[in-house]
Amino acid sequence: MVKFVLQDRVHRVEGADPGMTVLDYLRERLARTGTKEGCAAGDCGACTVVVASLAHPETDGAEPGLRYHAINSCITPLGSLQGKQLITVEDLQQGDALHPVQQCMVDQHGSQCGFCTPGFVMSMFAHRKTAQSADRNAICDALGGNLCRCTGYRPIIDAATAMFEGSTQDQFTHTEPHTLALLAQLTIDEPENTPGYDQPASVDQLAAILEQHPQATLVAGGTDLYLQVTQSLQRFDHLVDISDVAELSTVRQEGDILDIGAAAPYSDIRAPLVANFPSLGELLDRLGSLQIRNRGTIGGNIANASPIADMPPALIALGATMRLRCGENTRDVMLEDFYTAYRRTILQPGEFIERIRIPLLAAEESLWTYKLSKRWEDDISATCAAIYLRLEDGIVADTRIAFGGMAEIPRRAPASENALIGTSWNEANVRIAAEKLTEDFHPISDFRASADYRLSASQNLLLRCYLESSNAGTPIRMHLHA
Amino acid sequence: MRNLPAQNANTPGQATSKVGAELQHEAATLHVSGAARYIDDIPVPASCLHGAVGMSTIASGRIKRLDLSRVRQSPGVQAVLTLQDIPGHRDIGPVFPGDPLLLDEGGVVQFHGQALFAVAADTVTEARQAARLAEVEYENTESNLDIRHGLQEEQLVRPSHTQSRGNAKAAIEASPRRLHGEFSSGGQEHMYLEGQVSLCIPTEDNGMMVYSSTQHPSEGQKLVAEVLGIPLHRVTVEVRRMGGGFGGKETHANQWACLAALLAWKAGCAIKLRLGRVDDFVGTGKRHPFHTEFTVGFDDSGLIQGVEMDLAGGCGYSPDLSDAIVDRAMFHADNAYYLPAARITGHRVKTNAVSNTAFRGFGGPQGMLATEAMIERIARAVGEDSLTVRQRNFYSAEDGRDSTHYGQKIEQHIIPSLVERLVGTSDYWGRRAEIQEYNRQSPVLKRGLALTPAKFGISFTVQHLNQAGALIHIYTDGSIQLNHGGTEMGQGLYTKVAQVVAHAFQVDIERIACTATRTDKVPNTSPTAASSGSDLNGMAALDAAEIIKKRLVDFAGNHFGAEPGDVCFIDNQVHVGQERYSFAEFIQLAYMNRISLSATGYYRTPEIHYNRDTASGRPFFYFANGAAVAEVLIDTLTGEYRMIRADICQDVGESLNPAIDIGQIEGGFIQGAGWLTTEELVWGEDGRLQTNSAASYKIPAIGDTPGDFRVELLPDSPNREATIFHSKAVGEPPLMLGIAVWSALGDAVASLSDYRESAQLNAPATPEQVFMACRSMRERN
Repeated sequence: MVKFVLQDRVHRVEGADPGMTVLDYLRERLARTGTKEGCAAGDCGACTVVVASLAHPETDGAEPGLRYHAINSCITPLGSLQGKQLITVEDLQQGDALHPVQQCMVDQHGSQCGFCTPGFVMSMFAHRKTAQSADRNAICDALGGNLCRCTGYRPIIDAATAMFEGSTQDQFTHTEPHTLALLAQLTIDEPENTPGYDQPASVDQLAAILEQHPQATLVAGGTDLYLQVTQSLQRFDHLVDISDVAELSTVRQEGDILDIGAAAPYSDIRAPLVANFPSLGELLDRLGSLQIRNRGTIGGNIANASPIADMPPALIALGATMRLRCGENTRDVMLEDFYTAYRRTILQPGEFIERIRIPLLAAEESLWTYKLSKRWEDDISATCAAIYLRLEDGIVADTRIAFGGMAEIPRRAPASENALIGTSWNEANVRIAAEKLTEDFHPISDFRASADYRLSASQNLLLRCYLESSNAGTPIRMHLHA
Repeated sequence: MRNLPAQNANTPGQATSKVGAELQHEAATLHVSGAARYIDDIPVPASCLHGAVGMSTIASGRIKRLDLSRVRQSPGVQAVLTLQDIPGHRDIGPVFPGDPLLLDEGGVVQFHGQALFAVAADTVTEARQAARLAEVEYENTESNLDIRHGLQEEQLVRPSHTQSRGNAKAAIEASPRRLHGEFSSGGQEHMYLEGQVSLCIPTEDNGMMVYSSTQHPSEGQKLVAEVLGIPLHRVTVEVRRMGGGFGGKETHANQWACLAALLAWKAGCAIKLRLGRVDDFVGTGKRHPFHTEFTVGFDDSGLIQGVEMDLAGGCGYSPDLSDAIVDRAMFHADNAYYLPAARITGHRVKTNAVSNTAFRGFGGPQGMLATEAMIERIARAVGEDSLTVRQRNFYSAEDGRDSTHYGQKIEQHIIPSLVERLVGTSDYWGRRAEIQEYNRQSPVLKRGLALTPAKFGISFTVQHLNQAGALIHIYTDGSIQLNHGGTEMGQGLYTKVAQVVAHAFQVDIERIACTATRTDKVPNTSPTAASSGSDLNGMAALDAAEIIKKRLVDFAGNHFGAEPGDVCFIDNQVHVGQERYSFAEFIQLAYMNRISLSATGYYRTPEIHYNRDTASGRPFFYFANGAAVAEVLIDTLTGEYRMIRADICQDVGESLNPAIDIGQIEGGFIQGAGWLTTEELVWGEDGRLQTNSAASYKIPAIGDTPGDFRVELLPDSPNREATIFHSKAVGEPPLMLGIAVWSALGDAVASLSDYRESAQLNAPATPEQVFMACRSMRERN
């Protein structure tokens, strides 16, 4: 049984297939066809819906109340709606009156074929609920996961700007106390698990379930796993959804360690990560789309073991460790030791990632990250570089250089690192170290990039790092100078 | 009818919703509220099953064995359709044969993803799972995906064709300067947000009701009837709207409609067949990639003396529309430039890929792009700004430089003044100087600037398609129902045609309902393509409106003894002399006096003719003109880039709806920019499309739109031809303005040689391609 709030009432779903997505449920079971399927893979945003959930002031430091998140319903498990409010495009209009966000889209000629429009409207609605004022960059960030093939986006940007001119009040503001009460009740109710879909409430429960069912499949955000449902048409016998394990979503600073729960979605951990590692800001903004970051978790990104995942290179460069747990036992491992081969890790059956622990940087230390892809927004890296530097009097006292997209796993570049350590941080030495990358990596050619480009551009990223770290005057970064 | 409905309390006033007004898209409110119904949203009969297609997993070979037993046994499967089951035609080639609907044992596979069989099951997932269970043994044969190789081997889907004027070879040889070059442009996936989908419901008379997301309902009707072996009158195709088409649903909607109809016929119940996104990418045609070779002779100022150009389009495995598409590339090899002597040859190369098809511009962009690449190289060769060389070569009324290489006279010289205007409004020369200064001081980041024009011929080059029909009913409450043969895919056609009818009757737009395009309302229609939608259907609707108006005026004459000049339609009223009637009152009166309030309208484009044997004539009724200035910033370390600013001026004649036209221009420009930048189609050695989803094929996202984006409709430029209210077509032409972005990227790369050399930059100019172009430029300089 999945219970969530829909249209101001508690909605109960019984007997749904554990792999059922929110989108299929809406379209096929409820005949709510306003939400569209464009790609069934989380890449186009036509299926965007908004999930409102209770803020958790005690764990995430948010203000009490409702938090609104745009998500891709096509790759979101129906079960993950448990205890949340689901808002779809049909819920925005009241009688003949369009919601202000919808009205702005009409006024600005923001729709042509209209197929992407409900998704845009929902992303805009969530953005209106979370942002304070109109800012073009923030709008592009909020709508970067919604593709439109007709308009060229200009009228949509105008509509998203215009929506901030109106009041923030809408029907959802008015019913907020009622919604909060319903959601609070749902969290108190004893959950009734759907067969084949476990939703543990604590890490201990999770550990126990996995100990008993080591073959069960863990799902957090599902942003990658559910491609196996929608694209590979795979069925899962036993899913364990960890998105509601509060302890797994916390972020805390312990001395000089930033300690992050493995099931924390990226959008929740952006602020603490960027506060400590400013270079991660751009990388995180280009990791998937906002819909993906609202669901996708740091632990999932790591455990998925993709060679082109964006965060592992940065975490490896930072010397991050992970706390793995199996039953009652835990062990700490370096992330760089986690991957063994293509899509293989050291995780044992029944073992899971509990926390990610990142050492903070001292004054003489810095982190530089760069991602290259065909498209700036919501694209997968051709190559992704992360460079950790400890400079002492202009000498490289220590460095860790890690790349994604350059090998079958995300990993370090020892030859390049060794060429730098103990040398002056200058262009000539960086060029020598860049040359050494040819010893470290033999990348493949595929549809994202040729081996030549991967290697040559990666070498230039080291040069970019040098130029950026040492040169104040010359424009180096495109997005800062466009 | 005895009881007439009560008259609407409409107060006389200004009818505002007319031609030239910036009305919202007719379905805007439905779009934003999620109420707009696409095919997949239509409530289906309870017994409806879902279809899926089994596809080949090799690119070339013979099917030795096709065992579908596991498919048939798969859970939920109710019917399996093979080639042998088809009662009627088995080939659905739209113009020429060559597109088998399915393949059976012994059949020859010609591309990876070719349809072999279809299956119907209880759910979408069950159907798709079953479709993957076929056991197929192939005898592989060598496949080819390379245009140049195919051309060498003379593997063509249609014969090559040449347009020529004068002795190009001699003119080139006599020129002070000569240049030989090659250029490649990649294909483009339509990536309509709504994928291909059809819903077919068998009717009581062994016919078929077909709901299909198609730009060409009449062709869908014909092919469904043919594969079922029944007359066309038993098949009705309806489409209210598409979630994008762009040419990809002109002929390539047919296969899925035919398969759904056949499955429905076989299973005896409704079938919905919706392609998953990957199947859509793999199984439907795209924009043709082209490889072009040219030799051009010019003088020291860059003035072209003669051109020889070979345009080779990669057609995929079958003709589809490739004859006309490569023809249109040839028709646009001049773009806006006078070619005193020219030999333009088009080749239709067969490759082992899905059959490429219509895509916004229909070959025109590819021909134009090759020529713009040539102009860039001429400009660098003579050391002039490419804008100067472009302007020097424009068609003009002087010295007889006003006819195309296929003999059509350019009667309206809009481009030179339009470009001059845009040069001013965009401050081209001021920014050129500023950019050169910036580039001197910036070693890593470089800016680029380019202005490119686009002159696009309007009319189907297949003459019989230049016709349209419309149907207007006026009901007794004065409400008007409008129907025409054009389809709505987001371009605002229904809105524009409704404006035409509102204008004709001088009533508010709210009085008019445009209903779904259906083959039983307006028959024998042409595809909504070639930017012709408003030109053709607007005129047909106007014809229908004028027929009814004439009846009403005649009625007023007989009834009131009024002279025709005393009857006028104004502000939701009909004035008869001094008497004023509300439109509804007058319609009721006409009805009571037995006046027919329904009419069909018809239009055929005048004055066009073309003789393909002599490759000369007047294939185009008129030309739509425009130009764009794009500025980009590139990172020479990585090849990444951003578009900083775009300025566009487009000639739309007297706009029917400026808001909609601007939407077409902005959207077309960004789509064209996408084609030439991030949209890259990559096939593997095995002929499998590797960029087969939105995850791997990157269309422009919101951040790719320039922060500074200025679009102007060329003012005071009514179409000289008698088009609908002297407007001009706007659907395709702006796509070609995206060429400015590609040119600007090349300009930024050329800065590395201090503009002495042309960038070696094919299309799409992905970051990798820009990086490689920078690297080779640096190595040479």
